[in-house]
Amino acid sequence: MSTLPDARGRFGPYGGRFVPETLIPALDELSAAWDEARRDPAFQAELDALLARFAGRPTPLSDARRFSAEVGGCQVVLKREDLCHTGAHKINNTLGQVLLARRMGKRRIIAETGAGQHGVATATAAALFGLPCDVFMGALDVERQALNVFRMQLLGARVVPVQAGSRTLKDAMNEAIRDWVTHVRDTHYIIGSVAGPHPYPALVRDLQAVIGREARAQVVERCGRLPDAVVACVGGGSNAMGIFSAFLDDAAVRLVGVEAAGHGLDTGKHGAALALGRPGVLHGSRSYVLQTADGQIAEAHSISAGLDYPGVGPELSWLKDQGRLTLAQATDDEALEALQYLAGTEGIIPALESAHAVAEARKLARALGPGGLLLLNVSGRGDKDVEHVRRALAERAARPARRKAAGKRGPPRRRPPGKAKRARGTR
Amino acid sequence: MTGFERIAAAFAACRAEGRAALVTYVMGGDPDHATSRAMALACAEGGADLLEIGMPFSDPIADGPVIQLAAERSLAAGTRAADVLRLAAEVRRATPVPIALMGYVNPLLSYGEERFLADAEAAGVDALILPDLPPEEAEGLREKARARGIALVNLLAPTSTPERRRQACATAGGFVYLVSVTGVTGARSELAEGLPALVSAVRAESPVPVVVGFGVSAPAQARTLAPLADGVVVGSAIVRRIAEGGSRTARAARVRRFVASLRRAVARP
Repeated sequence: MSTLPDARGRFGPYGGRFVPETLIPALDELSAAWDEARRDPAFQAELDALLARFAGRPTPLSDARRFSAEVGGCQVVLKREDLCHTGAHKINNTLGQVLLARRMGKRRIIAETGAGQHGVATATAAALFGLPCDVFMGALDVERQALNVFRMQLLGARVVPVQAGSRTLKDAMNEAIRDWVTHVRDTHYIIGSVAGPHPYPALVRDLQAVIGREARAQVVERCGRLPDAVVACVGGGSNAMGIFSAFLDDAAVRLVGVEAAGHGLDTGKHGAALALGRPGVLHGSRSYVLQTADGQIAEAHSISAGLDYPGVGPELSWLKDQGRLTLAQATDDEALEALQYLAGTEGIIPALESAHAVAEARKLARALGPGGLLLLNVSGRGDKDVEHVRRALAERAARPARRKAAGKRGPPRRRPPGKAKRARGTR
Repeated sequence: MTGFERIAAAFAACRAEGRAALVTYVMGGDPDHATSRAMALACAEGGADLLEIGMPFSDPIADGPVIQLAAERSLAAGTRAADVLRLAAEVRRATPVPIALMGYVNPLLSYGEERFLADAEAAGVDALILPDLPPEEAEGLREKARARGIALVNLLAPTSTPERRRQACATAGGFVYLVSVTGVTGARSELAEGLPALVSAVRAESPVPVVVGFGVSAPAQARTLAPLADGVVVGSAIVRRIAEGGSRTARAARVRRFVASLRRAVARP
């Protein structure tokens, strides 16, 4: 188990609390409440019961037999967070935080959301406990994710479109912070990732650590040993920290975080904060951040809204610097292909976010070869994405034939599609 | 003269006149460099005792819509940290009124702490106000700024505990910025309940002047606050008047008139 953060909420130079003074007392209160609750058997029992009877835990570990055969014999096992209630691991965190909010006597819940998965999970937990819930969502995402907006509304939440800035996830988070500053006395803010000011990165990690605890025990029981590698996608990093946290002390287990390469790392349209960001301060903590030379926050891009974020959790930033984290990336096209691949070989349609991890797992499993053992976190299911995927595939099918053929099989393309198009035009 | 001395002298002069200080805010580079300089100088001409100049940031979590939009306009005009420092230097050459830069920590870190402070000192900046840098994250920067005669201003809020109030007052430099409401910057129709008690509690502990800001938008509010505090900050209400448009001269006249009305309001009867 991780002993970090320190008392100031630091993971090495990362983390901390870079928020207005108004919020600091609330963060102190939240830290104290979580310290107390996590040691309180009654709280843990209540959370465990909710996870089992409401969220559907433990989630199974599936054997990906056809996947294994196709990559040349490396054993691949899938941690099935896609089978959680509401369709992703996000519910692990929101149930815990709503319990905590109730314990602190807070009467209102707010959250930010990108694609809407965390918003739906928060609205679900709030409905379960009869708490009013406002979810901030970038106006652009409200348009793109109309179905999830309706889901949240069905669950009794109010969805607040955010018109500021780039009208996406980072702006939704800004607005949620502003709302919290204004209503801090009676409102609890449920951050959906291992980001934000201390104690959120630790709190969300601890609530998601159930993924790793289960998976580690399941893989050891099934396979008789630890995996060679654990692969998870990284946006803010909650599913990654959730599964990695159980393996941090297992030095032989490679921890692979897969970021969104979007249109390609050299196009400027991606979400690879760990790979290409610089240390900076965003949304209350110090971490790797995609930013301009002048310290303005850059807009991220990914086909998956959950990875479309210019920051990343402080603990992942620290694990990168420590050399404990192996970084990888998958482009939009690779994620689309991986989604279809897992659907066709294993009968599982992963979320577009998780599909980034699938893409990397395929490459890595091939490299590990027979005798290898790879644990892949399927953090969410793709139901939310099917319409988006259908449209994206139709657009790609309409593109010139040469690139389509190049993308069909063989080693991953180094050249992103946008780049290839431009290069061909100029030569 | 260090920033600490210039700020202390400005508050002392107000005290001698038996009134509260008027602190005004304009966003640097909004809507362009030259106009924002004219607006800052219009504030000084209207009678401001301390000029806050905003440094634009893409993700201003402590600001309401008026200042968010000002930051967007400024960034769209291409404003960079170096431009705001140049603006401060230009304002400094034109007026002796103390200057505080107000902004967020990331652009400053990106510029480089030491380099930023050196350039701010050279520009004649007297204080820094960074709403996303609470005292516990600020110690390194505070010492480096102090060495250059620049005050890093502590902010306090209605939610600050007595212990935090004590600590913020103990390390306070220049002045203490008391946020009057639980909320972001922007106009409010009424002053927060319990504000007078809070202001006097902080003033009793603070070794430096206490200014009250966030939500003060009209002369009537400034008049109510003036007897309680050492200074009153008006930001969004000025930025809104700049954004109403017109020629630079027309905007300057509008700002000067408004600031003068605030200045009359902070004079204690």
